[in-house]
Amino acid sequence: MRREPLINALIVVGLLAVPLWAYMADEPYVITLTTKVVILALAGVGLNLALGLGGLVSLGHAMFFGIGGYAAGILASHAQSYDPIMEWPFLIEGTQSMPVIWLLAIVVSALVALATGALSLRTSGVYFIMITLAFGQMFYYFTISWPAYGGEDGLSIYVRDHFPGLNTLDPIQFYGLCFVILLLALFVVARLARSGFGLALNAARQNEARVRAVGIEPYRLRLMAFIISGAITGLAGALYADLNRFVSPTMFSWQTSGEIMVFVILGGVARLFGPVAGAALFILLEEVLGGLSEYWHIYLGALLLIVVLFARGGLIGLLAGQGKGDDDD
Amino acid sequence: MTDAILDIRGISKSFGALKASDDVSLDLRAGEIHALIGPNGAGKSTLIAQIAGSLKPDTGEVWLEGRNVTLDGPVARAQAGLGRTFQISSLAMEDTVLQNAVLGALGARHRAPGLWRPVMKQADLRDTAMAALSEVGLDEFAHFRTADLSHGQRRQLEVAVALTLKPHVFLMDEPMAGLGADGSALLVNFLHGLKSRAPILLVEHDMDAVFQLADRISVLVYGRIIATGTPDEIRANSQVREAYLGEEDDA
Ligand SMILES: Nc1ncnc2c1ncn2[C@@H]1O[C@H](COP(=O)(O)OP(=O)(O)OP(=O)(O)O)[C@@H](O)[C@H]1O
Ligand SMILES: [Mg+2]
Repeated sequence: MRREPLINALIVVGLLAVPLWAYMADEPYVITLTTKVVILALAGVGLNLALGLGGLVSLGHAMFFGIGGYAAGILASHAQSYDPIMEWPFLIEGTQSMPVIWLLAIVVSALVALATGALSLRTSGVYFIMITLAFGQMFYYFTISWPAYGGEDGLSIYVRDHFPGLNTLDPIQFYGLCFVILLLALFVVARLARSGFGLALNAARQNEARVRAVGIEPYRLRLMAFIISGAITGLAGALYADLNRFVSPTMFSWQTSGEIMVFVILGGVARLFGPVAGAALFILLEEVLGGLSEYWHIYLGALLLIVVLFARGGLIGLLAGQGKGDDDD
Repeated sequence: MTDAILDIRGISKSFGALKASDDVSLDLRAGEIHALIGPNGAGKSTLIAQIAGSLKPDTGEVWLEGRNVTLDGPVARAQAGLGRTFQISSLAMEDTVLQNAVLGALGARHRAPGLWRPVMKQADLRDTAMAALSEVGLDEFAHFRTADLSHGQRRQLEVAVALTLKPHVFLMDEPMAGLGADGSALLVNFLHGLKSRAPILLVEHDMDAVFQLADRISVLVYGRIIATGTPDEIRANSQVREAYLGEEDDA
């Protein structure tokens, strides 16, 4: 039961050691790959709050990932072309400042989560899955058919956005930034999970009637969870845009939603570090199996099947055993 | 009528052709245990659900402490002072016993649960929860996973969670089921003391317990209340003997 914190610590050490080694050995590709792991893990940490703690099977989280990505892409493209976003009633210019971009990514994702969540959370089960999927697809088709920002071709960020005091073009510095953000998000989610909100949200997942009977409305808890969840995934989208220096409608596609969910399931639903372990395993498989066969997704599918059938706690559950049911937190 | 804390007025509810509640009126007064008895499928749980707000009556009204709460949902009614236990244990099974009780204490605060402070470290919630658990004799099991409790212990936990709410009215749907003779005797004692804190509408199949505890008894058959009265009146009622108690005498 106490093994999970140790495993989490080992994962953190690994996320420090691998890029450090790559830096020494002058392997920038490995640093980039680890950065990708960290950013995708962040997207999964967002989803895990809704899915793991809240039991909300959202197949629309690509929506937030894409919003974050386009927040970065659109602001940067205006800054690059010195073309203000709007001049009236007041002047808003583009920017390449990461903190501003992140803020926008978080705020817009949260607002969209509020609007879409308020509607979709009135349903449950399969209907909830379908509605979130539909919202995601709406954004996907909208960006494809929106020529102002590249349409199907997407948008390029020619020079990576800036962060005060850092050279973000240096892979190891950009990695450090992403890593710190992931740790912060994990901290926030851990606090949420242990709070009264987390207790009630998790109880509502297990037994809705119980939560109502003590005078707490599950709908509000879930909406709050969905908003915070969307905001975190949105932030990940902004970082992902800067990693690739490119955004495209693919970020909004349902395949992206599916992949984020795969990270969570592979690593362990409702486990704090589940999405981190899942994203790492996913990227590793993509690199190793992807090199061997174009059809590596078949193997991924088989692995997923095994996890869902035999190892519900995912990778973390396999390593740490049955956690949970711990009330000294 | 003025001293009725809970007042159910002419409630009817049909499921298709089945009349689960047929013009049911009953009230609950301060300091009393009002038992609701009746054969399986009589509509007792359906009535409790309508009083608790999780099921809407087709017609009729529910008044709580002089307020018409018919249109309120279960959350508003819980906040207004209704504490219920479910016939089929309705708990967060993956959580610990203490966590379930703390959830109740959290709800009793009547404000949105905090997002940041660790809930299990809040002394006031823990104290309320532990006090309720020891009242029902579950304090030693506080750190058990709820799923690992026996059936009877889950019934006790249902009662403990209701206690944490400090309700003005208790609705209890078969709290003794599965408790065994010793457990039942303890709970009978406990409920007898509890009614001075808040009146109890008690659905129960255990007739010994009912006749020991109840100040008044209502008999529900096919969704209709066929009699309401003191235990002695109910025992003497020929209609009740025929429809319900008589069967037990023969058995
Ligand atoms: N949601 C529902 N839809 C259709 N029929 C229902 C529904 N809920 C209850 N019923 C029916 O209404 C009748 C009353 O059920 P209820 O559960 O209230 O009985 P009860 O008196 O609590 O019985 P028991 O002593 O077995 O708990 C039963 O015939 C039941 O099948
Ligand atoms: Mg019943």
